[in-house]
Amino acid sequence: MSEPLIEIRALTKVYRVGKVDVSALRGVDLDVPPGEFLAIVGPSGSGKSTLFHIIGGLTPATGGAVRIGGQDISALTDAGRTELRKNKVGFVFQKFNLLPNLTAADNIAIARHIAGRGQTPEPEFEEVLKLLGVSERLNHRPAALSGGEQQRVAIARAIVNHPAILLADEPTGNLDSENSTAVLDVMRDLNRRLGQTILMITHNPEAAAFAHRTVRMRDGRIVG
Amino acid sequence: MTAKLVLENLKHKPMRSLLSVFLIAIPVTLILCLVGLSQGMLADSARRARGIGADIVIRPPKTSMLTLSGAPIPEKVVDAIRQKPHVALAMGMIVHPITSVTFVSGVDLSRFNQMSGGFKYLEGGPFRGPDDMIVDEYYAQQHKLHAGDQVTDILNRPWHVSGIAEGGKFAHVSVPMRTLQDLTGNTAKVSQIFVKVDNPANIPAVMAELKAPDFLPDYNIYTMEEFTSLLTVENVGGLSTFIHVMVGIGVVIGFAVVLLSMYMAVLQRTREIGILKALGASRWFILKIILAEAVVMGLGGTVVGIGLSFAARALILALYPASLTQAITPDWWPIAGAISLAGALLGALYPGLSAAAQDPIEALAYE
Repeated sequence: MSEPLIEIRALTKVYRVGKVDVSALRGVDLDVPPGEFLAIVGPSGSGKSTLFHIIGGLTPATGGAVRIGGQDISALTDAGRTELRKNKVGFVFQKFNLLPNLTAADNIAIARHIAGRGQTPEPEFEEVLKLLGVSERLNHRPAALSGGEQQRVAIARAIVNHPAILLADEPTGNLDSENSTAVLDVMRDLNRRLGQTILMITHNPEAAAFAHRTVRMRDGRIVG
Repeated sequence: MTAKLVLENLKHKPMRSLLSVFLIAIPVTLILCLVGLSQGMLADSARRARGIGADIVIRPPKTSMLTLSGAPIPEKVVDAIRQKPHVALAMGMIVHPITSVTFVSGVDLSRFNQMSGGFKYLEGGPFRGPDDMIVDEYYAQQHKLHAGDQVTDILNRPWHVSGIAEGGKFAHVSVPMRTLQDLTGNTAKVSQIFVKVDNPANIPAVMAELKAPDFLPDYNIYTMEEFTSLLTVENVGGLSTFIHVMVGIGVVIGFAVVLLSMYMAVLQRTREIGILKALGASRWFILKIILAEAVVMGLGGTVVGIGLSFAARALILALYPASLTQAITPDWWPIAGAISLAGALLGALYPGLSAAAQDPIEALAYE
């Protein structure tokens, strides 16, 4: 078996809410090998999003270790986490989170620009855009795109810099079943064809079925 | 790409952007109008002073460059000056303010004509009686006057407009000297004296004669060249300070406008800032976008402000051609631009820094 791409040990996260400490993660251990499509399920408040935020470098851990490709990210500074988000992870959100003032093409271009890779994706990326079914919609602003199209543009944006991990937080949560299936198909294709490692949070068992493996979380721990 | 994002952000809320640009333009216009009026009015005073055709100006002791108070010079001084060698002509003139920026001058028309070459009349002609008045074309335009009209709002008495003359010969309003002397209780006294020398080469010699300790040692005596060159903003008491205060107000207004505008923009774009952060945008990247928007608004405000200063000039020229003269001052454009940019950048700094420091998770959760 290959070395895990993501290696999480005894991960804890405590949020301070007013004067009260709230434990969002209470000792998470998880290994994710490269190329895996992993679904994480669990009720609201189980710590799924917090786990994502730590893996994605949006917030620091309180304790434990998180290694991505051998690099311990739990001790990164704010600037270090910015670099992580720029180069190693790509996010897909439930609410798509495209920049409303920019066209689909520019939403993708700005991710490249921020990563310092120039604005124009490599020619091979054309194939990915075709796979995502958004090639013909790139000159439209998000408001002119359907939810499914917006989410597929968001996926294109998330992977345009070839991140090691694609983090998808409820990617079908705002989509009807047809668009949900289209988005999940695309993610599975990306995983199969490009070997893209994907971690997906979902409440939907049908969505989770697209993944290779599903882990369950409850009360800040992985329970199965 | 950053430029595109900045431009699209500004286009996304066009009213907010245009309003901000317009509000930044106001202090720019204010500064340019103020400087333009200061320089324009001083240049106009100099031009009109030169229009008299004198070589030397004699003003009473302790008078400011712009105003004369009363008529403290006895007319016999004028007679004494006429006796000096190389003096071709000497003419006393009494001036009396009718507004803060306009004055009426009492002239001895025959001597005035000799010295200046005479008025060029557009309507009517010279004084025919003691209550006659000659106004220049600008005063006539502003007050809608024609030859033959009655004027009652100067020194609370009726005047008859005998002529409308071309501008550029000292005062906008001229009346017979004796009448003005008697009306203001300055019989046989004048406010200032103009001297024409027989040959320009003799000006220094005449100046020395006039300044001699036994003649007019305490008087302010200038060659016309000196006198007009002294009509600058720096030589008018308090004007430089006033301009500096207005420049300071300009910076404060620019600062406040951009602060409010960008603070609103940052609040409205909290989620977008979260998105950019999720994409790996650094604090500097976020700050740069906010500052760049402020720079664009500052530059836009400068351009609009310059445009509005032309509009203000046209308006002043149409409404108050005799009272106010506004110069267009391109040398102040970069200064006004720098002032509005400084205000805009200062105003954008706090919203920009707070945007840059936003927690990406909170920003992404912002509705």
